[in-house]
Amino acid sequence: MSDISKVFRSRGDSGVLIAYMMGGDPNIDASYKLAKAAISGGADIIELGIPFSDPIADGRSIQAASVRALQSKTTPDDVIRVGTKLKRDFHIPIVLMTYYNLVYSKGIRNFFDAMNKGQIDGIIIPDLPVEEVHLLREQAGTKSVDVILLAAPTTPSQRLVKIAGLTNGFLYLVSVVGVTGARSEIKDASLEFVSKAKRLTNGRVPLVVGFGVSKPSHVSRFINAGADGVVVGSAIVDFVSSLKESPNLFEEVEKFVGSLKEAARLS
Amino acid sequence: MKGRFGRFGGQYVPETLMPALEQLERGYLEAKKDRDFRVELESLLGKYAGRPTPLYFASNLTKYAGGAKIYLKREDLLHGGAHKINNTLGQALLAKRMRKPRVIAETGAGQHGVATAMACAVLGLKSEVYMGTEDMERQKLNVYRMKLLGANVLPVSSGSKTLKDAINEALRDWVTNLSTTYYLIGSAVGPHPYPTMVRDFQSVIGKEIKKQMLESEGRYPDCVFACVGGGSNSIGSFYPFVKDRDVRLVGVEAGGTGADANAASLSFGKEGVLHGMLSYLLQDEDGQVASTHSISAGLDYPGVGPEHAFLKESGRATYVTVSDSEALDAFHRLSRLEGILPALESAHAIAYALKVARKMGKDKVIVVTLSGRGDKDVEVVAEREGSHI
Repeated sequence: MSDISKVFRSRGDSGVLIAYMMGGDPNIDASYKLAKAAISGGADIIELGIPFSDPIADGRSIQAASVRALQSKTTPDDVIRVGTKLKRDFHIPIVLMTYYNLVYSKGIRNFFDAMNKGQIDGIIIPDLPVEEVHLLREQAGTKSVDVILLAAPTTPSQRLVKIAGLTNGFLYLVSVVGVTGARSEIKDASLEFVSKAKRLTNGRVPLVVGFGVSKPSHVSRFINAGADGVVVGSAIVDFVSSLKESPNLFEEVEKFVGSLKEAARLS
Repeated sequence: MKGRFGRFGGQYVPETLMPALEQLERGYLEAKKDRDFRVELESLLGKYAGRPTPLYFASNLTKYAGGAKIYLKREDLLHGGAHKINNTLGQALLAKRMRKPRVIAETGAGQHGVATAMACAVLGLKSEVYMGTEDMERQKLNVYRMKLLGANVLPVSSGSKTLKDAINEALRDWVTNLSTTYYLIGSAVGPHPYPTMVRDFQSVIGKEIKKQMLESEGRYPDCVFACVGGGSNSIGSFYPFVKDRDVRLVGVEAGGTGADANAASLSFGKEGVLHGMLSYLLQDEDGQVASTHSISAGLDYPGVGPEHAFLKESGRATYVTVSDSEALDAFHRLSRLEGILPALESAHAIAYALKVARKMGKDKVIVVTLSGRGDKDVEVVAEREGSHI
């Protein structure tokens, strides 16, 4: 069983909190400290973005984070290295999130070898459709990296079941029809989507909700609607954009993640 | 996976869009079979856009080159001044048929934006066009033309602020507004079914060349030349000839100022995934998409349609480059010799065709697709030559 699966297995009555940050935003050392702060605050899994020049699934916050990370000359290898260090120092699962071209360009085999060597636990590729996953796994040549797939509110039921059958670690539910980014409200349709996915997958795979989850109240509502975990991304990234590298940044993120974790307990 | 040209193409998009692409493919296949749709499109192409366009024997240019007979396929004479309208009328009609009241598009030089605005105006659809702020600055005239035609121009200030970023933003809009919105892509790029659909709509160019060539020369040409940015006018010119193995197909890319500053994905790029397709891509060693350069805004794109990647790899078509200054020379040559101001994009194809024609025998015949007229480029050319208008 993968380390990611173990986290879900032992979650008890608290939802799993995945904290996302962009690797290299504003620089690679800060990313390490930021992840450390999130872990102190109670994050169960760290998701590290690898900056890409053309992030089509991302809204303004993460686009801006990609720009900052690329300005500080962050490479995919830098992010894999920081992920490796985090895994070694804190023993919690590390997941990478990036676009397919960065994996393809390095060579699928090489990319997965590097992840494997660094004990990285999983990868999320938002522009890789389920139809391509067999090929990716074949070429990856390793089974120790979870390839985590996404389902969206527009995904038809039959297709969702197929995706759920092929994902590793957990199924990533995109909560909105749209791009990443903090939202003030959760729409009923998002909660209904979680219930629908729950019904269709029937406990066979953990369900994690992301896109627009940005406040403790959101976390609480999704967990109580049946999600096994949540990803909070843009809201954390926004701290970086407003506080830059001030010492407050790490304190504030730790506090914020603490409040999210608190809200992840089932009420 | 469906929608492949060899291993190129595919649908590399966020899951949210996958059902929309499925719906689009279904909608397109149904429309293609529907006689009323075909009749309406044909009538619009004929009576509104001005098809068929002439296949013009350029006798002065032929004399100048001193070799093969040179014919020009006059897409520059179409409504709007470029081949873009062939595609926008087809897709806007499809949007209407699929009951999507809002059409979004991206534009680089503004030609596709203008053609989208025209098609939407005549068909009663609302149009919004994404355009990089850098391009808006370079192409002020087209920005205003779009506004006059009723389109809402949405400035894009992310990334390099050019065409590729306008496509990113249009994809983000589409993923957010799927139920009401049709995304009208302007070139033979993007996820399946776009490359196939745009090729089909543009194939009218090659079909007409075939027919007109038989009328004027009694045979097919020895060679067909067209410029390649995303590659829609070229795939439209080439596709009907793919099975006629004796006809050489030559795509001309923007060589810019050399190996470090160009927009020639097939000549200088390597395989990669951008905007939903696996094709050739200009990128750095990490896989970040490179910035591009061309004197012609319409060729200034780091990717290329996947069918061209396939034609290159299978050897059926050849891809070459022409530099900024060679294109500019050809721009002047055609203006002076034939009284035709070509678009700077098309001037790339003219430049290379002249080089080849010179070495061919007088019994040979070639066709160059003149994808657009050059009025839009007058300011750029003037500025480059030190005059200010």
